[in-house]
Amino acid sequence: MVQNIIDVSNLSKSFDIASKEPGLKGTIKHFFRRQTKSLKVIKDISFEIKEGEIVGFLGANGAGKTTILKMLCGLIYPSEGSIMVSGDLPFRRKENFLKNITLIMGQKQQLIWDLPPIESFYLNASIYDIDKFEAKRRIKKLSEMLEIDEELFIPVRKLSLGQRMKSELLAALIHEPNILFLDEPTLGLDINAQRNLRKFLQKYNENTNATICLTSHYMKDITSLCKRVICVHEGSISYDGKLDLLLKKLSPVKEILIVCRSEEDAIKLENSGFTVKNKIKNEITIKIENNFITSSLKTILNNFDIEDLFINEPPIDEIIGRVLIKKDYEI
Amino acid sequence: MKSNLINRKIFTLLKVQYSNMLEYRVEIALWAISGIIPFFMLNIWTNNNLNESINISNVMLSRYFLCAFFVRQFSVVWVVFSFEEDSLMGKVSPYLIQPLNPFFRYFAQHLAEQITRFPFALIIAFFFFIINPESIWIPNLVIFILSILSTFLSFLIQFLIQSIVACLCFWTEKASSIERLLFIPTLFLSGLLAPVVSFPAYVKSWIYLTPFPYLIDFPANLLSGNETNIAGGLSMQILWIFLLLPLFKKIWSEGTKKYTAMGS
Repeated sequence: MVQNIIDVSNLSKSFDIASKEPGLKGTIKHFFRRQTKSLKVIKDISFEIKEGEIVGFLGANGAGKTTILKMLCGLIYPSEGSIMVSGDLPFRRKENFLKNITLIMGQKQQLIWDLPPIESFYLNASIYDIDKFEAKRRIKKLSEMLEIDEELFIPVRKLSLGQRMKSELLAALIHEPNILFLDEPTLGLDINAQRNLRKFLQKYNENTNATICLTSHYMKDITSLCKRVICVHEGSISYDGKLDLLLKKLSPVKEILIVCRSEEDAIKLENSGFTVKNKIKNEITIKIENNFITSSLKTILNNFDIEDLFINEPPIDEIIGRVLIKKDYEI
Repeated sequence: MKSNLINRKIFTLLKVQYSNMLEYRVEIALWAISGIIPFFMLNIWTNNNLNESINISNVMLSRYFLCAFFVRQFSVVWVVFSFEEDSLMGKVSPYLIQPLNPFFRYFAQHLAEQITRFPFALIIAFFFFIINPESIWIPNLVIFILSILSTFLSFLIQFLIQSIVACLCFWTEKASSIERLLFIPTLFLSGLLAPVVSFPAYVKSWIYLTPFPYLIDFPANLLSGNETNIAGGLSMQILWIFLLLPLFKKIWSEGTKKYTAMGS
C-alpha cells in the first residue's frame, strides 16, 4: 500500500494586513495610528497526498494555492492546524527534510545572475553535501534530460527565459529530492518550452517516483501531468479528487458535428430525436450524453448517409474556469 | 568528516562569490576609493595641530589613519541592505529551504569582496606612502598577525550587529532605517574620525564598554604600533562576538516564523 507522504489537517493561515483610507487624511491617520486587520487566507483545509502522486492545485489568483505550497515546504509558518511532510514538520526546516524537498517558483530564481548556471549547480551540490564527481554525474544526467548543454556555461543574465527555467530546474533538482513543489513552473514560457518542461517532469516522476505538487494557470500543465486536482477557492478546498471525474461531472455531454451527404439527410437527422445545437445546410451539431456516445453513433452511422463526423471536447479552460468561481463541488 | 563537508561548503561558497565579485571589479575599485575618509581626517588633524593635544606625533597619527583606512576596507559590512532587498523581493525564499543559513551566503559575499578589494587598497596605500614617505614602517610579524585577527574580529562584530538588524526585516520592512541609527555612533565612536584616545576621560570609560572602539580604533592602534591593551582589546572583541551570536540565532529563529515570503 502506498503511504501518505503529505498529511495536512485543519490547516489555516492568517496574515496581518495594514489597511489605510485613501487621501491625505487617511495617510496622516495611518502615520499616527496604524490599523491592521487579520486576513485568513487559508481556512481549515485537510488533505493527504500519496508518495509518487502528481497533484495539481487549481484556483483563481489569490485563492491561496501558493500559500499552501509555501507552508508545505516550510517557507512560512502555519497559524493553525498541522502539516506533516515526509514525516517531518516542514517549518522546523530540519536538514534531512530540506534535503528531501525542492521548491521552484516560476517567477523567482536562485541562480547567480552574473555567473554561468554551472557555478550555481556546483554551489548547490556542496550545500547539499554532494561530492564533486557525483555532482558532475547528476549535472550530466539532468542536462541530458532537460536538453541543455552550452547554456550551462553562459552567464544567466544572457539566457532566454526557457533556458533559464531549465537551469533553475536543474539547480533545484541536483540533490534529487523526493518531493517537488512547483509554483507556476511554466509561467512565461513559449509552447515548446512548456511542453518540454512537462515531458521532463513526467519523466522525472516515472524515474524517481517523486511526489509533485504543482500550481499552474496553464490547463495543459494540469491535464497532462495531474490525475488528481485540489481546487482552492478563497482559502478553502472546493474539490479534491480525480481530474477526469471533475471534467465528466462538469461536462456531461459532448458535441458532435456531423456532415451529411445531403441536406435531406441532415433534416432527417434533425427530426430523429437528438438534441440539436445548430444546423447549417448539410452540417448538423448535436449534443450527446457521455454515457450514450457509442450507441448513439452506431445508430447514426447505420441509419444516415454520413460523409464525416467530429467529436468536440468542450474547452477544458472553460470547464475549470467554472470550478474556480464556485465554492463546492460534490462528485 | 562533518568538518570536511563544512570546509567544502565554505570553500565553494567563497570561490563562487569571488567569481561573482570579479564581475564587479570596477565598482569595487570605486568602493575602495570611496573609503578614504580617514585620509581627510588625517589632513584636518595635522593641519590644525590637533595631534599635540593627545600627545601623538604626526607620523604616528598618519600611520593610525592609514591603518584605520585598511581596517575599514576589510571590515565594511552591508548585509542589512542586501538582506532587506532580498527579503522584500522574495529572493531569500529559495535560500531559506536549503540546508544552509542564507547568512552564510552574505558572509561569503563579504569575504569575497574583501579579497577583490585588497589590491585596490594596496595601490591606495602605495600612493599614501609616496606622499608621506616618513610614515613607512614594517610592523613585527606577531603584531601583524594579531592585527589581521583583530580586523577579522571587527568584521565579525559588525557583520553580527548588521545581521541582527537585518533580521528585523521580519517585523518591519525597512530594517535599514534602524541601521542608520547605528551609523552615527559607529562613525564617531569607532575611531574612524578621531582616535578614541582623544575623547575626554569620562566619555572614554563609557565608549570602551560599547563594541564601537573595537571596530576600528583598537585594530588600527594595534597595527600602527600605538600604545594599546592588546589582550584587553582582543578579549573585548571575542566577548562581543559571544554576546551577539546567540542574540542573532534567537532573532533569526523567531524572525523566520514571521516570514511571509512576500514578492514570491
